[in-house]
This record gives sequence, structure tokens and C-alpha cells, in this order.
Amino acid sequence: MNRFTYVRPVTVADAVAAKAGAPAGRFIAGGTNLVDLMKSDVERPPRLIDIGRVPGMDAVTALPDGGLRIGALVTNARVAYDRQIAAAYPLLAEAILAGASAQLRNAATTGGNLLQRTRCHYFYDPSMPCNKRTRGAGCAAIGGVTRMHAILGASEHCIATHPSDMCVALAALEAVVQVSGPHGARAIPMAEFHRLPGDRPDLDTTLGADEMVTSVDLPAARFTTHTAYMKLRDRASYAFAIVSVAAALRLRDGRIEEARLALGGVAQKPWRRPEAEEALRGRAPDEATFDRAADILLDGARGQGDNDFKIGLARAVLLRALAQAAAGGSDAQGGHARA
Amino acid sequence: MPPSATPPRRDAADSTAVAITLTVNGREHRLEVEPWTTLLDLLRERLGLTGTKKGCDHGQCGACTVLADGVRINACLALAVTRDGAAVTTIEGVAAADGTLHPLQAAFIAHDALQCGYCTPGQICSALGLLTEGHARDADDIRELMSGNICRCGAYQNIVAAVLDVARTERAETAA
Ligand SMILES: Cc1cc2nc3c(=O)[nH]c(=O)nc-3n(C[C@H](O)[C@H](O)[C@H](O)COP(=O)(O)OP(=O)(O)OC[C@H]3O[C@@H](n4cnc5c(N)ncnc54)[C@H](O)[C@@H]3O)c2cc1C
Ligand code: SF4
Ligand code: FES
Ligand code: FES
Repeated sequence: MNRFTYVRPVTVADAVAAKAGAPAGRFIAGGTNLVDLMKSDVERPPRLIDIGRVPGMDAVTALPDGGLRIGALVTNARVAYDRQIAAAYPLLAEAILAGASAQLRNAATTGGNLLQRTRCHYFYDPSMPCNKRTRGAGCAAIGGVTRMHAILGASEHCIATHPSDMCVALAALEAVVQVSGPHGARAIPMAEFHRLPGDRPDLDTTLGADEMVTSVDLPAARFTTHTAYMKLRDRASYAFAIVSVAAALRLRDGRIEEARLALGGVAQKPWRRPEAEEALRGRAPDEATFDRAADILLDGARGQGDNDFKIGLARAVLLRALAQAAAGGSDAQGGHARA
Repeated sequence: MPPSATPPRRDAADSTAVAITLTVNGREHRLEVEPWTTLLDLLRERLGLTGTKKGCDHGQCGACTVLADGVRINACLALAVTRDGAAVTTIEGVAAADGTLHPLQAAFIAHDALQCGYCTPGQICSALGLLTEGHARDADDIRELMSGNICRCGAYQNIVAAVLDVARTERAETAA
């Protein structure tokens, strides 16, 4: 690990000022991603700004509009087992419990999970060229081993995926990320928070280098009974998604009144297309309807060779997740995050 | 993150070493640590508590699992400075002071839940955390919630049996 200085600000303003004073520095929260990357020499920050004790960011609180605010420091475990979240946003709890391990979820925070970096093996190996690590260096993954890589939204500069499970559910639930910077606070909808690589794969998100995440706000719950998070991976637990699906439906009189769909493990951001959700609206929750939505959501999907199988797999998981959501979600199947 | 009533402030002007306090297995230690020292290296190299193992050093195996303020974490991914003020329990602190084994330790022996034993301290600390969390109802839950602890010897069947045994006894005792 590189040598660095360490500061522990005690207010959001101090934390933001500390970052402004050390642009190459990094905030550290749970440390489960950053410390790992520092051990691999992928991250070499000259200064760590420990935000772990900044007050006011470690609670789940009710919002006036009926939604919930999850402070950036609330651990993944606390979110997943929070009573209000389990009751009103089971999709989020299920997605978090499908990720990492119990130990990691106890340390990992909401803000850190949003900002975790890709698990592209070449990104993790400083001896390999990687545009995400070093602008203009080239991409070792293209033409390399691409089993874990993107089938949607990739560019000729980067084909990495975003590894988070939590973010797939947050995207489907249309959460809003609250951030603070030297010029004040602003809100970034989940759909705009993560970026596609384009010609700047070094930028994972639209968060400014001088900004920090203070909370994630969930809108008033509208998808509580017919939701499903389904994750496929190389072993039953403690592995990143090859493909995952967050599906949320509102049913009325045997028809789909409203739907949200997001895919994980397929792109550099949770993959949504409002047109696919629109195609479900007003229809009966049957296979023909689900197929049409899958056509739209996966339109333009392109494999890299090793991951060609993901296109068919994504469709299959999408259809299954939609059927499960329509049937009343995972609880109806007696399971919890075991898929 | 451990909440702290009066968070101590640190300034960039400090030398790189940072003064921290850690209570390990009930004993308080005041230490000067370089900020890049992980909790795992601190326990093993500075405090001589080599029961906690380094397997992968990247959060992928669970051999380094300890309890920080009662919560199981991977000590290899925790910088010691970020845990200033915490109460840490390692495998050396699990048995009673007079040497009486904790029921989990006894169950691991009774069920032959190990071969080489390298993963065992992490398995036991992880299982302690799991029991406190209280989300495991059956063997499937234990398998899922213990998935962060890899056993290269493949002693999983007996590990699950040992944890299930203690979980059932605890539940029977609370019910009684
Ligand atoms: C072996 C292993 C398996 C895993 N499996 C999964 C999985 O299956 N699914 C999954 O979703 N995740 C998985 N993870 C990843 C895990 O979820 C992340 O490491 C974790 O969520 C990061 O949170 P943290 O608080 O530890 O972040 P840190 O490591 O502290 O920080 C990560 C990044 O976020 C930045 N950051 C942190 N907080 C803020 C903030 N408030 N504002 C601005 N920037 C901030 C940091 O500067 C850093 O760049 C796995 C991790 C490991 C090690
Ligand atoms: S896919 Fe992206 S992260 Fe992976 S090597 Fe290429 S540029 Fe780097
Ligand atoms: S040594 Fe920490 S998880 Fe492997
Ligand atoms: S007993 Fe050998 S690794 Fe588990």
C-alpha cells in the first residue's frame, strides 16, 4: 500500500473542504473496496479523509413525502435488516442480501456501495493497460477474457460492468442521491448517477471530484408486494453477478398498472429503459408481454466473445424475475436472497 | 461505523503516525499506528495475536474475521485508524478467562468441524457474529450467512452442523 496522510473531519463541510484541499485524496467509509484497491496499487491516494464519524449520516429517517432517507454511512447490513425498508422496499433488502458476505455488509456503507469500482480483472492488475485506471492507456479487456464484461452500453474504450447489487434495486426504485460540495448541495437521480464509459471510462459517476454523497433518498413506496431481485453468479453465494434483475410491478385487476425493470452485471450502470417498462403497462402479466419488454430492454445487446451467453441468460432471468414478481415476489417462493 | 459521542479531530499537520485506543479481548491498548496498518496486521504483528489468520488479505476468504463492537468484519480490509475506540474480540478472547471453551468452540470439536484449522478462528468469530445478528433459522440460512468464510478443506457440512447445534440450544434457552 502507498503511504498517505490521514484526516478525520467531523462535519460534512470539513470533509468537503478536506477533499478540495487534496483533490487526489479519497474519502474512506467502510474501506472494503478502497483498501482492497490500495493493496493492489490501483488506488494510490496521497490522503485519506475518514468520513466514518461525520454525524448525521448514519440513520434511516422518514421524509415528509412518505419516502425514506438512508444516510451515506448506514451499513449495507443495517439497510437490509431495517424494518421500514424490509416492509416498504423489500426489493432493496433482497438485492443487498444477495451481495458480498455478512462480514462485508457489516462494514460496507451506502455511499461506498454506490461508488465501488468495477471488478474488471484488468482494472485490478496495474501491469495491464486500462483506460479506466489511466486515460488513453488502452483496454486490455477488449479481445481478452470477457466473461464478466458488458453486453450493453459499452464503448470501444471500456467494456466494464458496475458490480453493485444494491444500485440495481435503487435504480428500479428511482432513488435520488443527495450530495454536498463546496458550492452547496444537489440531488442526482439514480438514472443519472452512474455513467456509461463513452470516451471517459475513468469517470464512473457524475459526482464531482469535490463532492461527497450524504444520503440516498427513496421516494414513497409504490412497489412493495410484487417485486423480485434475481441474481445469477458462478456459485450460490459470495460472488458478483453475472446477470441480475430487479423487477417491480403494480398489479390491478389482473393487469400491470406500472412496472420498473433494471439489469445488473450487464453494463457500467444499472440498465433501465423506460420504453420497456411502458410496454408492460396496461397488459396482462403473461409471457408474451414479458418477452416484449425483454426485447426492448436488451435491444442492441452485443457480446464480447466469452460473454455472448449473457444475452440469452439476461432474457431468461428477466422472464423468470418478472414471473416471480407477478406471483407475489420472492416471499411467495419462500426464499430470501438465495437465488 | 462505531458512533462516538465526541469525535476526536485530527489535523493534516500531524505526523503520519496516529494515536488510537483499541480494547482487544477486554484489554485496553494505546497505540501509535501508521494509517496504512490494517486491523489484521496490527493484531498479528503488533499485539502478537496470531489466532486471527491472513488468508487472501482481500476480503475474499473470511479467515481474518473478528468482532468489532460485537459485529463481525474482515480485519484485512479495515484500517486500524478507522476503528479507533472500538472493542475488538479475536479468537483468543472467545473462551472464558479460566479456559472454559465457548459452546461454539466445544461444538466445533464435537462435530469435527475442521481439518487443517486455518479457517477455524474466522469461522468461529463469524458464527459468533451470526448468532448475535439473529437472522439464521435453519441450515440453509447458516450456509448463506456463513458464505463469507471459505474452508479450503471443505469441512462445511460439519461447520454448519456445529453452528446449527449452538443456534438451536440458544433458541431453546431463550424460549425456556
Ligand atoms: C470479496 C468481495 C465480494 C463482494 N461482493 C459484492 C457483491 O456480490 N455485490 C455487491 O454489490 N458488492 C460486493 N462487494 C463490494 C462491496 O459492496 C463494496 O466494497 C462496498 O459496498 C463498499 O462500501 P465501503 O463503505 O466499504 O466503501 P469504501 O471502500 O470506503 O469506499 C469505496 C469508494 O467510495 C468512495 N466513498 C465512500 N463513501 C463516500 C461518500 N459518502 N461520498 C463520496 N464518496 C464516497 C470512496 O472514496 C471510495 O472511492 C464485494 C466486496 C468484496 C471485497
Ligand atoms: S474494460 Fe474498462 S476497466 Fe476493464 S480494462 Fe478495459 S478500460 Fe479498464
Ligand atoms: S484475509 Fe481477510 S478475507 Fe481473506
Ligand atoms: S479446516 Fe482447513 S481451511 Fe477450513
